Amino acid sequence: MILGHLAVLSIVFFFFGALIIPLVSRLGGWVPHAVAVATSAIVFVINATNLGYVLSQGTIRYALGGWQPPIGIELVLDPLSSFFVLLLAGIAVVVLWHSRYPAAAELPGRTAPFYSATLLMLGAFSGIVLTGDLFNLYVFLEIAALAGYALLGGGSARAAVATFRYLIFGTVGASFYLLGVGLIYLGTGTLNMADLSAIMAVTGVEPLLVIGFVFIITGVGLKMALFPLHLWLPDVYASAVSSSTALIAPLGTKVAAYILIRILYFVLNPDLSRFQLPFTQVLGILGAAGIIWGSIMAIAQKDMKRMLAYSSVAQIGYIALGIGLGNTYGFIGAVLHTLNHACMKACLFLVSGNLMAAGRSQSIDELDHSLRKSMPWTSLSFTIAALSMIGLPPTAGFFSKWYLLLGSIENSAWIYVLVIVASSLLNAVYFFRVIERLYLPRGEAATEEAPVVVADNRLSLVAPVVFLAVLLVVLGLGNVVVVRQLIQPMLPAGF
Amino acid sequence: MIELIDDYYAYWFCFLLLTIGLYGVIVKRNLVKKVIGLSIFQSAIILFFIIAAYKDNSTVPILDPRIEVTNADAYINPLPHTLMLTAIVVGVATLGVAFALLIRIYGKYATLDEDTLMERMK
Repeated sequence: MILGHLAVLSIVFFFFGALIIPLVSRLGGWVPHAVAVATSAIVFVINATNLGYVLSQGTIRYALGGWQPPIGIELVLDPLSSFFVLLLAGIAVVVLWHSRYPAAAELPGRTAPFYSATLLMLGAFSGIVLTGDLFNLYVFLEIAALAGYALLGGGSARAAVATFRYLIFGTVGASFYLLGVGLIYLGTGTLNMADLSAIMAVTGVEPLLVIGFVFIITGVGLKMALFPLHLWLPDVYASAVSSSTALIAPLGTKVAAYILIRILYFVLNPDLSRFQLPFTQVLGILGAAGIIWGSIMAIAQKDMKRMLAYSSVAQIGYIALGIGLGNTYGFIGAVLHTLNHACMKACLFLVSGNLMAAGRSQSIDELDHSLRKSMPWTSLSFTIAALSMIGLPPTAGFFSKWYLLLGSIENSAWIYVLVIVASSLLNAVYFFRVIERLYLPRGEAATEEAPVVVADNRLSLVAPVVFLAVLLVVLGLGNVVVVRQLIQPMLPAGF
Repeated sequence: MIELIDDYYAYWFCFLLLTIGLYGVIVKRNLVKKVIGLSIFQSAIILFFIIAAYKDNSTVPILDPRIEVTNADAYINPLPHTLMLTAIVVGVATLGVAFALLIRIYGKYATLDEDTLMERMK
């Protein structure tokens, strides 16, 4: 019986967890953390089942409350959406597992609201991914954003200033999205994505609808931090509590990228958004500009978290470029890079969290090779994730860039080929700068050394980081399986 | 041209309101005025939906025994109204979070002017 409701369970579990945490938090300080990890783990298992079912049996459509679409709201589990919910539940398990000590140290006495808001945000993310209704997506988008503001702005006053700026950008973005939905509703009289797609196949896309889609794409671009709408991102990521950043950096922007894929390739006819309207071309150009701009800005940063934040802008550029290429390789590259970048960024931000937990500065100039001895596993994981960001085989990052390159070549877009290759060099510049400090002794410091204090001593701090680093190599070696088994089935019609 | 103004004047005012809100968000240097601009912007979108639901010579969407049940044209469209109820709630929540952040900022830096704030944050 419960099998029929599998689609809605992820959202229900996350929201239920968010509600139960304030109630049970009096039982002990460890309870909110345990509930949050357990909830994410349950959702992960549910979605692993879902993905297996969807891949073998086909798409599941679930009418909420028994109201049949297009009147009611439906949830859609297809290979694309179940893959994304699985990804976000998986990252959530790893990051929340790691967050036990950092969150307690950085937010003393406030872990219950922290975990409650985290689960609220994760539930809203699953809602965004699963829903088949444009207005319902807006509601989930705002729930995710509000919980995200609480998570990001909850730390220092500096974080509050950055988050306020994010709130202004984010709300304007969501309002643009809502305006776009309004225009589309005026033009077609429906809010259901599948129904909208069917109506547009008959009536064609009138100017009113085109304006609506432009508003939607701009709004989602703001949420996604697509260049040049990325200005809010670096400050927010750099000043927030490390566990919040480690959770939101890999997931928040990816969910917005998912909305773009959904709208451009599933709601709109792919041929229309690729060849007749200039949506994907613009996306590709902005993505390429973002890659170069983000990489150059990352080189200029002295603070580790800021560097990683600017590198996020560049990585979002890769995903946008892949979506913008509009061919099979580009699509595979974009989705694969979403997966890879989520793992890489989570790993890198967790490393930065470990530095903070060990009382280390975030400044790159103050890193030295004593870190390699005091935090051997953290340093090693950082190196693997950095190599993956640069795109060295056999790490995962190489393969998604490879698919993006193939896609650019297929489109004869030589400028994109140049951008991808050049950005790998730029990535190498800013990551090798850190790796060099970790592994090569500086001249004067190489003499007598203070006794090494091993800081890599807590399992919950080290194990998630190492797990993600190993996962990056496994994903790299197993990329054929991922692409064949998971990504090929989600290709939109007409590819 | 005259029809464009005559038939759609409500939309023109609505988009004027949108522009005023966006102007406030972008140009004003005081953070509270930015929030006010944001609120105007959101309200304009809510009005946009409400205007879109309006029909001439029709009544509120409550079943009226004098109108035949099958005659849906006699009622205005209730769906945008319900959608906007949700959007209003979202807007209120956003305002709440924005003001909570502003209280935190003011408590630490004792200013809400963006330029002064940037100086004090250094």
